[in-house]
Amino acid sequence: MTEQPNHHLNLSRASFRPGDLKRKLRIGEGAIETLLFIVGFLTIFVTVSIVIVLGDQALLFFNDPQVGFREFFMTTQWQPAIGQFGIWALVSATLTTSAIAMAVSLPLGLSAAIYLSEYASPRARSILKPVLEILAGIPTVVYGFFALLFVTPLLREILGADKLGVYNMLSAGIVMGVMILPLISSMSEDALSAVPSSLREAAYAMGATRFEASIQVILPAALSGIGAAIIVGISRAVGETMIVAVASGATSKFTFNPLEAAETMTAHIARISGGDLSYNTIDYNSLFAIALMLFLVTLVLNLISQWVVAKFREQYE
Amino acid sequence: MTKFSYPEQTDLEKFVAWRYRKAWVWQVLFLSALLIAILSLSALILDVVDGAFGYVAYEFKNDPALFTEKPLDDLNKDELLTVLQENLSRGAYNKLNEEKIMEQRSEGELYNLVIERIIQVKTLETYSLYDSLFRKAEIEAEVAELYPDARLEFRSWLTPRFLTTPMSSRAEFAGVRTALFGSMWLVGIAIAFALPVGVGAAIYLQEYARKNFINRLIQTNINNLAGVPSIVYGMLGLAIFVRAMEALTSGAMFGVTDSNGRTILSAGLTMGILVLPLVIINAQEAIKAVPDSIRQAAFGVGATRWQTVWSHVLPNALPGILTGSILAMSRAVGETAPLIIVGASTFISVDPNGPFSKFTALPIQIYQWTARPQGEFHAIAAAAIIVLLVLLLTLNATAILLRNRFQRRF
Repeated sequence: MTEQPNHHLNLSRASFRPGDLKRKLRIGEGAIETLLFIVGFLTIFVTVSIVIVLGDQALLFFNDPQVGFREFFMTTQWQPAIGQFGIWALVSATLTTSAIAMAVSLPLGLSAAIYLSEYASPRARSILKPVLEILAGIPTVVYGFFALLFVTPLLREILGADKLGVYNMLSAGIVMGVMILPLISSMSEDALSAVPSSLREAAYAMGATRFEASIQVILPAALSGIGAAIIVGISRAVGETMIVAVASGATSKFTFNPLEAAETMTAHIARISGGDLSYNTIDYNSLFAIALMLFLVTLVLNLISQWVVAKFREQYE
Repeated sequence: MTKFSYPEQTDLEKFVAWRYRKAWVWQVLFLSALLIAILSLSALILDVVDGAFGYVAYEFKNDPALFTEKPLDDLNKDELLTVLQENLSRGAYNKLNEEKIMEQRSEGELYNLVIERIIQVKTLETYSLYDSLFRKAEIEAEVAELYPDARLEFRSWLTPRFLTTPMSSRAEFAGVRTALFGSMWLVGIAIAFALPVGVGAAIYLQEYARKNFINRLIQTNINNLAGVPSIVYGMLGLAIFVRAMEALTSGAMFGVTDSNGRTILSAGLTMGILVLPLVIINAQEAIKAVPDSIRQAAFGVGATRWQTVWSHVLPNALPGILTGSILAMSRAVGETAPLIIVGASTFISVDPNGPFSKFTALPIQIYQWTARPQGEFHAIAAAAIIVLLVLLLTLNATAILLRNRFQRRF
């Protein structure tokens, strides 16, 4: 056997063995993974700091001998100037404006979603959907301008200027409903479109009209997604600030009458902290108590919405 | 042969016809919901346009015809300067010159000075565009009766001058220059913070994270943060950036001592945290859209995980990530509530000159002007809204263009 020198690959002389790859410790890789994990973990840090910051200042407020839980949750007057801190004055306005907003956005948003997903031709959809997206992208301060300078004068014309003041919860609520409408319709439309077409076809094969198929078959099948959309809509309404800050008035009042002016939780925070408020006074700390409530309410609503989607999602196929 | 018909047939036909009528009525109702949405959008836009243009009743203390032969609007910078020199007392001119050297002022600023100091205009009444177009005669009669000395002029409140002059306490001379610069600084800082952090978090969650408790917690948490009201972020920014980190955000650490923590930096970081979940969720979607075969091909030739991510996943996800960040930017441009909390100034007439300056932003100006009772402030609020909406539209159009230009189908 003649010796044939192998010029191309001499495994016996190679300093590199395939096995080395496995053992090689890659410090850079590990460092990058750690860094990325830290960056991801930062979001938890943000949440924790929200809770700590709000909780810490709110605790100062609740520990103040002047107030306390009892007054905060049991009384209905909010007059920081004379030491009255009854949160219900602000909550009532928040509830009223949110209820009006949902009364506007829920039927309209859902109808729009059903039309887009069940009735509209692809061509009509490609025109109508971007309009809703534009509506969703308008800053809320612009909606505030619209509420104060268009909707309120219009309502005053209809209802009579003596019944409806320049600042009122009705116009703020209606405009807030218009603001939330695209959110409800786009989330609901996603849910409706996700219902498999076999269900639709089965309904049509039974002789159902489009309306019957939509309401009796497709809507129930998409109910979890629609429920989630409603809850997110409520959470958005509770947390919305600029529309109510501009249009619903700056006096805190315990009332559920939409024709009256009243201040919501968010609008109160915006108004008071916008001025020159000195730190660590009872007024200042009271804002953190309100913000903490707002955070907890919207957090719970968002958690419920995610849970609803995960739990009640109808699984097809 | 007569057609056979069983007794229930007519009932059935009636029932079917009724069902189809009902279906038709509901279809109209569903469609009208959409139409109401479109109507609201049109009403909103028309209302803004309606406010930004229209007749204005002015009163001039001194007639411009006394100073120049040309109409005031046609004067160039030198001519405006001459008018100022000739008609202001020496003392007043020198004082203005000390504030800011005359030659260095922009044409818009000089024009405003002429109107403010020499002609001394006073706005008496403003009218909307609709009224100006369709009730011209009535307006003329009204103005002639109420303000005999006034001049009625059709004015566009949105002018190039409106964009280039700083804030003023008088609506006639106010501009959005400082607010525009403020908004740009804010968005710049917000994105500089949120983009690297957000994309990093998205890469971790999509490419590295195993399905364990911590990673599920991070994911749930991001979805929740996206739903936290913006005003809560404002409170967070106030407590952390404005107060706890005052030494850093006021610039005291770097020798800038003339401000407290209510700076552009504080506001920008607050906005950054606010848009962070948005950036992460969008980047995750973009990364998810990169098909697995690309990763497997990279692993197949022996690339490490980071090499795969860096040279294969990220370049393919980049258009989606960019689209997401532009959407985040447009969110940051429009947000108002956190800026109020963090302490946007209501009145600033000098351009921001760094991260430690006081600031104002477009939405803040709109809010301030809307909240005032005088009609002329509503007019400039409407003009500022048009500027803001055009800015947002440009950003969104860029996002759509980017997506269409670089979108790749696998």
